[in-house]
Amino acid sequence: MIWDLHCHLGGFDGRTPEEKMAEMIRYADRMGVDRLCVFMGYPFDANPSPETLRAQNDQVLQALTHWHHRAVGFVYLNPNHVQFSLDEFNRCVRDGPMVGVKLWVARRASAAELDPLIERAAALQAVIFQHTWFKTGGNLPGESTPLDVAALARRHPSAPMICGHTGGNWELGVRTIRGVKNLYADLAGSDPTAGFTEMAVRELGAERVIYGSDVGGRSFASQLAKVAGAEIPEAARRLILGENLRRLMQPILQAKGVRL
Amino acid sequence: MIDSNVSLERWPFRHVAGDDPASLVARLRQRGVTQAWAGSFDGLLHRDLSAVNARLAAACRRFGPGFLAPFGSINPMLPDWQEDLRRCREHHQMRGIRLHPNYHGYTLADPVFGELLAAATRQGLLVEIALAMEDERTQHPLLHAPPVNPAPLADALSRTPGARVVLLNGNRVANARQLAALGVHFDIAMVEGVGGVARLAGEVSPERVLFGSHSPFFYFESAALKIQEAGLPEAQARAIQEGNARALLA
Repeated sequence: MIWDLHCHLGGFDGRTPEEKMAEMIRYADRMGVDRLCVFMGYPFDANPSPETLRAQNDQVLQALTHWHHRAVGFVYLNPNHVQFSLDEFNRCVRDGPMVGVKLWVARRASAAELDPLIERAAALQAVIFQHTWFKTGGNLPGESTPLDVAALARRHPSAPMICGHTGGNWELGVRTIRGVKNLYADLAGSDPTAGFTEMAVRELGAERVIYGSDVGGRSFASQLAKVAGAEIPEAARRLILGENLRRLMQPILQAKGVRL
Repeated sequence: MIDSNVSLERWPFRHVAGDDPASLVARLRQRGVTQAWAGSFDGLLHRDLSAVNARLAAACRRFGPGFLAPFGSINPMLPDWQEDLRRCREHHQMRGIRLHPNYHGYTLADPVFGELLAAATRQGLLVEIALAMEDERTQHPLLHAPPVNPAPLADALSRTPGARVVLLNGNRVANARQLAALGVHFDIAMVEGVGGVARLAGEVSPERVLFGSHSPFFYFESAALKIQEAGLPEAQARAIQEGNARALLA
């Protein structure tokens, strides 16, 4: 059982969200990926306006139309538009089929503006996913490092959150989040450098490590390799490839009556 | 299967599983590799490349005779690099060399690269050029090595008939089609994006694509799974995994 935490419509061929989604499923089938979490539309927008947020979330909703048995959506929010983001959360998650929240690079995760969004998501047990990088050359102005998401997670200790990319520079990212027990490590979207998964399992425990790909900018192949090629017990591999994400999503899936 | 992109010795910034030659050979054999073209991580930063290449040749003989093919490191910014090149060919009987322009401080537009390419070609050596070794965003802050710009290679090749060049660790190379028409081959280790290998094969033709894993720095499975993800016809997949490399070193 393979569940992919981190998928985007961008990078797939197709003129419409439905066509792109069909392509994503075709590749997922080829690689043995059973379930997909999809978020953000296209083209990527680092600081989307309310209109763009709505349009991009609509693209994802449209893409999922025929694939609710294979894929779920996370709502893309922007902490620079708090009230609109709360309304969008209600539209797409509380009253719609989405099951998680995606926060990208509009504002750093340590900012207080995120608190109402996290509280709203936590109340419905929606999955909370925050992009992070520790870029050697420096981050974008609103781009979080794992330090930012750790600060956020400490303010909301009962809300599980996912540290997207584990900071890319994973040796730094794993160290940053290891003491923050409600934070999970996302393996997606960096080169398949050997040792990443082994360090994450050693320092966090396999229960806090989740496979994701970041397709279509990345391949399923290079990201699956981080788990397939890691020197870890088989039980840990199963947790990372699907069991952890399934466990994390179970409450909201159950509440929505979704069977995956 | 022939892996055109592996390295011996130690990555400078991290212990990597499989970075001793015996273990690397065992891992590669276990995964179906029958021959691997091996450079040396020491070739990135060491200045005594004569010793680096001698150790590389010795390790390949000791741990992988007939399996590990040594590709010596040449740095044309070092004094008397021509002697290193001569030793690679004559003393160590190497079939190819591996270049790291971004770690050695030159570009493919520099005249010294043209001299090196010409000299290697005269000696019948295959030239592997590593466009990168790791994502620029994850490099150690004290060692910034931006990826090599392959664009000027076209000019250098037009001045060097008979040159045989493989670009390692490229992704979405801007003038790939032009370079392929000049005979350049491309490995798949850093090719990214869903179905990336099929995209590359469509762009440069399957005959110009080589299997390369960048082991042990990358998980070997990345390259292997990329072949699966590409969904190419069996004959094309086999050519990428072995036939193209075999023809190149014939």
